[in-house]
Amino acid sequence: MSNRAEMLVQPIRRTKERKSSWSGLKWKARLNDSMIGAILPVMIVMVWQLAGKLGLISTFFLPTPAMILESFKEMILSGELAVNLSISIQRAAAGFAIGGSLGLLFGLLVGFSRKAEHTLDPSFQMLRMVPHLALAPLIILWFGFGETSKVFIIANGAFFPMYINTFAGIRSVDNRLFDVAGVLEFSRFKQITRLILPAALPNILLGVRLSLAVSWLGLVVAELIGSQSGIGFLINIGKQNSTTEVIFVGVLIFAIVGKLFDSFVRLLERRWLHWRDSYKG
Amino acid sequence: MSTLLDIRQLSKTFHSGKGSVSALQNINLAVKEGEFITVIGPSGCGKSTLLKIVAGLDVEYDGSVKLNDRDVTGPGIEKGFIFQEPRLFPWLTVEKNIAADLSLHKPEIRKKVDELIELVRLKGFEKSYPRELSGGMAQRVAIARALLRNPKVLLLDEPFGALDAFTRAHMQEVLLDIWQQNKTTMIFVTHDIDEAVFLANRIVILKPRPGTVQKIVPVELLFPRKKSSAAFQELRFKVIGEFEKIEELELVDNGAGI
Ligand SMILES: Nc1ncnc2c1ncn2[C@@H]1O[C@H](COP(=O)(O)OP(=O)(O)OP(=O)(O)O)[C@@H](O)[C@H]1O
Ligand SMILES: [Mg+2]
Repeated sequence: MSNRAEMLVQPIRRTKERKSSWSGLKWKARLNDSMIGAILPVMIVMVWQLAGKLGLISTFFLPTPAMILESFKEMILSGELAVNLSISIQRAAAGFAIGGSLGLLFGLLVGFSRKAEHTLDPSFQMLRMVPHLALAPLIILWFGFGETSKVFIIANGAFFPMYINTFAGIRSVDNRLFDVAGVLEFSRFKQITRLILPAALPNILLGVRLSLAVSWLGLVVAELIGSQSGIGFLINIGKQNSTTEVIFVGVLIFAIVGKLFDSFVRLLERRWLHWRDSYKG
Repeated sequence: MSTLLDIRQLSKTFHSGKGSVSALQNINLAVKEGEFITVIGPSGCGKSTLLKIVAGLDVEYDGSVKLNDRDVTGPGIEKGFIFQEPRLFPWLTVEKNIAADLSLHKPEIRKKVDELIELVRLKGFEKSYPRELSGGMAQRVAIARALLRNPKVLLLDEPFGALDAFTRAHMQEVLLDIWQQNKTTMIFVTHDIDEAVFLANRIVILKPRPGTVQKIVPVELLFPRKKSSAAFQELRFKVIGEFEKIEELELVDNGAGI
């Protein structure tokens, strides 16, 4: 029964923890964790810089980190980066908003209704197997090189992860909890809002995460195919002018902003899914 | 006291691809208001099936099941059900689990939830999540959740089966407390003879294949009961005696079958 003694103190400890999570020990531990994560990249960058400086690698193909940083600074100062980044983010956001919300909508519909599942799911599963890139030429043929086709390509990619995970989330609700909802006389509405949606939330958030990632990746496809602005455009320019640093800056921006989006959704996950009792390493 | 639950000629057969299993046959039982019934019998004799039918979770049966003279046609809050596992909503705190679909912002709900938390001895854990509770505590939350709806009858399917002996004894006390305070009619399924004798006004002993009532044993011991008392032991032996009869029957059955 040592378990029980623990239980008696736990809730009190938990509330305290939450208040002090931004100060003291916990904060230090977090800093420690992120420092461990930084060791490997820092070492690579150092070796890289050294190798470039010593002429071991051609700085034309692989500019040194210092050079990339320099070009990064220039692009920030000229305002070039901010303009293109904001355009890229807007495209990704529009594509994600359209594709993601359609995915959520159809995921819910197909999840709730067997009839909808039988009529829609087979087609969606088939469409899902068509790669992004294969559709791009067709979309450009239809909509031209304008914003519409870019947003369309992104939305198309964002749709499926959201759809599949929402659908799976609804269908994975524990059947035994439905018995409970029956015994407690939940209305149909409460059954959806108090049982199905919260139970499906982990999957839905996973859908959001994957869908955001795909939107961001789709952006590269959309912008590399032909555009006059955006981070993908910057990379293209870098290629044309043979300024490898600029390509690197573009790639870096994709990586950093993508990671930030992902971190944001994970933050939401931690906020909303803290009730989950799963292995945390 | 008037009859609350009236089960007449209840039979239940499960049909499957492999054939049909007669889970219950000709069950007759009248439960009075405020009565504590325990149902005991070997595994597979139809205890859960019986309870589910009374709860309205299974409505495909022959015969009649009436609660307050009305046919049971589906589940609902007047028939509280405690499952073998607590089945709490993992994303809700203790108090919200108890309230479930009702709003804690309503003063009368708030007040009742607080009272129930006191009754099941969970004060201080209102804001805890199910993962932070022990098995016994979680089961008490489930009981409070059912009680909030003022059920006419509380159906319990081996609710303490997964608990250790110590917690189990404690939970039996808690349940008797609740029963004496609220006068809720109880139908309690168990494997444990001691538990059956300790709690019941009447013990219904079922025998399997098909599930039928072997005997109904009234328990007229006063509360609080002592498991070590001679009268308690005497009743216990009586129940064990009935079990032995079932086993003998089973042996004859199986012998004939081979
Ligand atoms: N859904 C089902 N489909 C087919 N047969 C079933 C089903 N549920 C129960 N049975 C059969 O009905 C009989 C009674 O089952 P039940 O679960 O009521 O037994 P029980 O007395 O609760 O047993 P235990 O003590 O092990 O919980 C068993 O023979 C079982 O095989
Ligand atoms: Mg059972």
